[in-house]
Amino acid sequence: MPMQPTSIYDSAQLVPHALQELKEAVRYRHLLYQLVRRDILTRYKRSFLGVAWTMLSPLGMMLVLSFVFSNLFGATRGFPAYILSGLMAWNFFSQSTTGAMSSLVWGGGLLQRIYLPRASFGLSAIGSGIINLVLSFVPLVIVMVATGTPIRITAAFIPISLLVLACFTLGLGLAISTLAVYFPDVAEMYQIILTAWMYLTPIIYPETVLPAKYQLFLHLNPMYYLVKLWRLPLYDGRWPTWGEFWPAALISIVMLLVGWFFFTSKSDEFSYRV
Amino acid sequence: MNFPTESEAKSIMQEAQIIYPEHIIHLEDVSVRYRVPTERIGTFKEYMIRRLKRQVQMRTFWALKDININVSRGEIFGFVGDNGAGKSTLLKVVARVLRPTKGRVIVRGRVAPLLELGAGFHPELTGKENIFLNGSLLGFSNREMLDKYHQIVDFSEIGEFINAPIRTYSSGMYARLGFAVATSSNPEVLIIDEILGVGDENFQKKCAVRINDFCRRGTSILLVSHSMDTIQSMCQRAAWLDHGIIKAIGEPAQVIRAYREKER
Repeated sequence: MPMQPTSIYDSAQLVPHALQELKEAVRYRHLLYQLVRRDILTRYKRSFLGVAWTMLSPLGMMLVLSFVFSNLFGATRGFPAYILSGLMAWNFFSQSTTGAMSSLVWGGGLLQRIYLPRASFGLSAIGSGIINLVLSFVPLVIVMVATGTPIRITAAFIPISLLVLACFTLGLGLAISTLAVYFPDVAEMYQIILTAWMYLTPIIYPETVLPAKYQLFLHLNPMYYLVKLWRLPLYDGRWPTWGEFWPAALISIVMLLVGWFFFTSKSDEFSYRV
Repeated sequence: MNFPTESEAKSIMQEAQIIYPEHIIHLEDVSVRYRVPTERIGTFKEYMIRRLKRQVQMRTFWALKDININVSRGEIFGFVGDNGAGKSTLLKVVARVLRPTKGRVIVRGRVAPLLELGAGFHPELTGKENIFLNGSLLGFSNREMLDKYHQIVDFSEIGEFINAPIRTYSSGMYARLGFAVATSSNPEVLIIDEILGVGDENFQKKCAVRINDFCRRGTSILLVSHSMDTIQSMCQRAAWLDHGIIKAIGEPAQVIRAYREKER
């Protein structure tokens, strides 16, 4: 039996990198599934409560924050539900971007030995993030019921909010993981930026507490639009207006394109960087 | 018996070229240049300052220089040379890990790298979970791995430990499982970098049998070894690499002789 070559690799083929990487990532979709599975399985493997921590940790954080800030912002209707809904979106964003960065570093050794689509690591970080996000709907529903926050049909908009948020997260995750390959300091720096960024975004406080002069800064923060698009259908229980939707969608598409092109233009050099 | 006419023969040959392309691996003027900063610049700030002052000094060196090699179907090709001669870089170029700085690489078919057995195993996952993870790293789907699963477990002799976390494995078990997964497919190209000293004598024999099977079925093998006996006994052709340049290529015995003469 003659063996049919399964694929022909020709280093001289001039395919645009960004497009080729996309094709390869699709071809290696099973790897994506396995990487997400590995993330989920190993994260809590040695802990007693296991995957339950995915639900318990945002719940715990929400309890602490709403206890600490209830005197300040307690007037907000269903304050714990307000915090938790924002925290979900934020945790997805911060964990996935950090995960994209650290898994590329983890995979760095692997990239030296075997061919893999380099974007697999970033994509799998988003995949794990989505699984965790979906699981954290369980505590959210409980908290919403407990605080008397109505769950409306507008929650059906959430998949679209998630898509917009995930595109932005992937784009930024790929961009900073590219930087982190060249400058390891970026990984540490990013953690500080994330902390500051979180407090600059209305997550644990309602946006109305900001004085009018700072409202401008709010509109310069991409996460403001994305968290809002997430929270509107879920917590506020109303459909986002067109004016609330398009800035978020535009920001995330631009970020995705910038991140993907930046990443793929450098990804061939990754294995040269030891 | 009828002999084909000249034009018939030509078309048969052309067909054969498509089905059995002569060379599975084709390296054409392949060069790889590494750029190494003369001093390590680890921080972003430092980099930007130096960049502005145009002080980023890069030392460049050629790990491979104008390499031309063709490897045929079913051929075992060996590489000898000192450490840092460019052998591993060459394997990386074939394995698609490094894109050559100059030149062209064509590899027809799937490459199974045996560079370091068990690279990509996760210690907390069980042997079974790692089989599927490792298979996906090699580009196989879950279903394909399911078909191979029992054969992999049998070959690796892991037995009931297959459901235990891999951190509990001995180094021999680890390597055996790595070998079994990497060779579970029918790759067109197998890359072996100094790993034949795996496991006990019994397992080594099994490995040798499997490698011979591959060759019979038409797998081309690239072999790097510091053991001249291995190169001599296994390879049909060999090349001696020195500082990224091919110093000798051809009969293993002659290449080894040339390499040893230089040593003296």
